[in-house]
Amino acid sequence: MQRRLKIGVLYSRVRVEEKWIFGALEKRGMDYERLDDRAVHFDLEDPAPWRQYDVVLERSISYYNGLYALRLLNAFGVPTVNTASVAEICGDKLMTSAALAREGVPQPRNAAAFSVEAALEAIETFGYPVVLKPVVGSWGRLLAKVNDREAAEAILEHKSTLGSAQHSIFYIQEYIEKPGRDIRAIVIGERVVTAMYRKSEHWITNTARGGSGELCPITPEIEEMCLRAAKAVGGGVLGVDLVEHPERGLMVNEINHTMEFHTMQPLSGIDIAGEIVEYTAGVARMKG
Amino acid sequence: MSTISCPECAAEITLAAGTEVGEIIVCPDCGVDLEIVALEPAAAQLAPMEQEDWGE
Repeated sequence: MQRRLKIGVLYSRVRVEEKWIFGALEKRGMDYERLDDRAVHFDLEDPAPWRQYDVVLERSISYYNGLYALRLLNAFGVPTVNTASVAEICGDKLMTSAALAREGVPQPRNAAAFSVEAALEAIETFGYPVVLKPVVGSWGRLLAKVNDREAAEAILEHKSTLGSAQHSIFYIQEYIEKPGRDIRAIVIGERVVTAMYRKSEHWITNTARGGSGELCPITPEIEEMCLRAAKAVGGGVLGVDLVEHPERGLMVNEINHTMEFHTMQPLSGIDIAGEIVEYTAGVARMKG
Repeated sequence: MSTISCPECAAEITLAAGTEVGEIIVCPDCGVDLEIVALEPAAAQLAPMEQEDWGE
């Protein structure tokens, strides 16, 4: 008889997504444990308490808590969804861009520089407007649309003076005149499960910033691009953000590795939490 | 039905059925984020402030 799997779910807050995931685990009668990332600790000499899990699903709201937990778990030999390597790439937008570029996945033009002067030079080769993004960050926070040189100088100075060292890794992206929307697709393993348009009058279209959702048909082009993007970062459970460039067409903007889906699950009618649970159990079985 | 008192404004808040420990609710009176820390009896405290690396 097959041994019953034990699944750990590492989380920070019980958002609606976590409630749905816990519900999906319970509905399937799965043996799981809730692991509050503020309460756990890792004794590097004693990985046994962690090795009781056949897999750990990481849902931390803090990128660094999640990332280091995944690194430790993977070092202990505990399979995780997603892997530490995927979190390293997806949690750092510059690393995501580098992975997409390596695999030739269409994306906006990006550049990086380490000094204000070099960043200004890079920005001016793109031409205005450009977008300055923090390499780590989410929910559309601290994105800056830079319309001219004076604004560029001011924002770069603020970032280098007021920010942590990480804010002096200047990540520059061409500004894309989106048609008032972008696309969020959910990839689980080898499948694009669902997609939605995120609409907003503002250039930042995140639903976390007030953008609204509308179902987006998964065209063969969207499917192919999402699967290529997911593969480029290592695959798993991913939220792939696509933008529609007016001339160059569809391109990948960002990939999220602990994506929220409180808008998508009811909108699509697809049990995304259930799909995540099934995929996670599959990862555990592969190890078995 | 469990009720809690908002630690910020003392409003009496009735918890929805199915509320779980670790869940964040918003005080309908003062709008502050509260984290449910216990259910029997129900208790809440001010939720941690959003950090720079939070997100999805």
